[in-house]
Amino acid sequence: MEHIPAPAIDFISLAPALILSVFGMLVLLMDLFAGKNKNLLVFASLVGLVLAGVSAFAPKALPVVSFGGSYVVDHLSVFFTLIFVFSSALTILLSIEYNPRNGIRAGEYYALILFCTVGMILLASATDLIMIFLGIEVVSICLYVLAGIKRGDVKSNEAALKYFLLGAFATGFLVYGMTLLYGATGTTKLAGIAEVIHSGQTNSDTLLLLGTVLLIIGFGFKVASVPFHMWAPDVYEGAPSPVTAFMAVGPKAAALVAFYRVFATAIPEIGTTWDTLLMVVAVATMVIGNFGAIVQTNIKRLLAYSSISHVGYLLIAIIARNSLGGSAIAYYMMAYAFMIFGTFGIVILLGEKNSENLEIKNYAGLGVKQPAIALCMTVFMLSLGGMPPFAGFIAKFYIFGAAIKEGYVVLVVIAVLNSVVSLYYYLKIVVLMYMKDSERELELSMGPITLAVVAIAVFGTIEMGLFPDPILQLTQ
Amino acid sequence: MDGFVPLNHYLLLSATLFVIGVLGVLLRRNVIVVFMSIEIMLNAVNISLIAFDHYLNNSDGQVFSFMVMCVAAAEVSVGLAIIISMFRNKPTVNLDEFNILKW
Repeated sequence: MEHIPAPAIDFISLAPALILSVFGMLVLLMDLFAGKNKNLLVFASLVGLVLAGVSAFAPKALPVVSFGGSYVVDHLSVFFTLIFVFSSALTILLSIEYNPRNGIRAGEYYALILFCTVGMILLASATDLIMIFLGIEVVSICLYVLAGIKRGDVKSNEAALKYFLLGAFATGFLVYGMTLLYGATGTTKLAGIAEVIHSGQTNSDTLLLLGTVLLIIGFGFKVASVPFHMWAPDVYEGAPSPVTAFMAVGPKAAALVAFYRVFATAIPEIGTTWDTLLMVVAVATMVIGNFGAIVQTNIKRLLAYSSISHVGYLLIAIIARNSLGGSAIAYYMMAYAFMIFGTFGIVILLGEKNSENLEIKNYAGLGVKQPAIALCMTVFMLSLGGMPPFAGFIAKFYIFGAAIKEGYVVLVVIAVLNSVVSLYYYLKIVVLMYMKDSERELELSMGPITLAVVAIAVFGTIEMGLFPDPILQLTQ
Repeated sequence: MDGFVPLNHYLLLSATLFVIGVLGVLLRRNVIVVFMSIEIMLNAVNISLIAFDHYLNNSDGQVFSFMVMCVAAAEVSVGLAIIISMFRNKPTVNLDEFNILKW
């Protein structure tokens, strides 16, 4: 009998995913015995995340290839692993005080976050269509459950249902696109696809083109770009706040890095055909995201539209498809993680026992009563709007730099104009905090751990804005 | 027998099934039927994968189709659980009645 040779596997470079899988299962088991007190689960999850983050630095020489070229650990994926681990840790920290207050008692919450992180790590290192598909699905299936984890709440249920139906719908398009790409080139490896296209030996150009369009639709759904963004505001509003922050950073970054890898590694040579399409999508995403945010009255919906517009900026880096674009996405997502977790930390701080106070008008008068928190919120809002000297400015600067290097000046001009529009709704919150009197007294919960997360986020936002070089070097 | 049924026939069948699935998701209002339509889409993809696999004579497509089946099974279990937990709070399967959040 003929033996199938086992592919070479480098376990050291796989360590972050392995460690998190083990800890995920451990947390599930511990939940059986831990009873009502979830602190042990939180502790175990955080230990797992820290170990995974440390082990990301273990490989001596990068890049390391495993599974016959399906899984590559390079500088980009190590940096993204750090973003994922960091954002998952902050999500868990934000949940410690939020979950008991809002009646989320499920212990599997923490295990799901860990498993979701495993999926994101797989996605950031995947260089094979099958691997990318699996990564996206591991992430998505965990998120469907996390969005609906408040089982008694109809809003949370509805968010989970909508997310699930549209997510599964998008998976159909994504996997069909991958199939056509495979049919056209005869391989599922990204490098192999690039080779076949380069040598001009594709089986059918029609299939290739159709596959690319379907891939843009599928990825477009997953990263919430226009016209496939309709789920985002609903799901962001209905899901528990820490999960919303998590969804806005980790899974989005993971889908974007896979998007980038497919379009920059596998099919850059037919760039002229998909460039125009992606440009239209990017411009529409920025415009609809920003103008949609202006009319919102709910802070979570506002942040959802704002995150749609940020995807528009990030798509510009994918269109640029140079190595600068890759590191620009990495830097942007790190900065975005600080800003979003800080903002959601404040959103959670504002919540009371019976009401989450998610209306924007609840922020009126915060500048007088809680000057420190209002100041933090101002920092995050200015940074999200791309004002110097904060991280958001430098992040946008690198993305636009990568695009200008490839000559997409018009696109950058549109993006800058959009940034100006976005300042309107970010500053609206700032004005509300300082210039209006509050309608009623808010009893801020002032949880110490949530406050600590906000403090970390403020530090990160300012630090990455003033001293961008160390982090930027990590991304290259 | 190789080439007895040409590849195009399989691809046409798969594309037709896929379009039926997409139309089902867009037009039907019953959650369970929408869900079934999504499964039709995934199975349409499987037909393409196997056809390509046979035509290209390598095994990537078969592996891929197994993965698609596994994921579809996982999705079914999670999806039905979500529908059931929704049904407990609001006993209906009509999508139009899930309108607390602006669609």
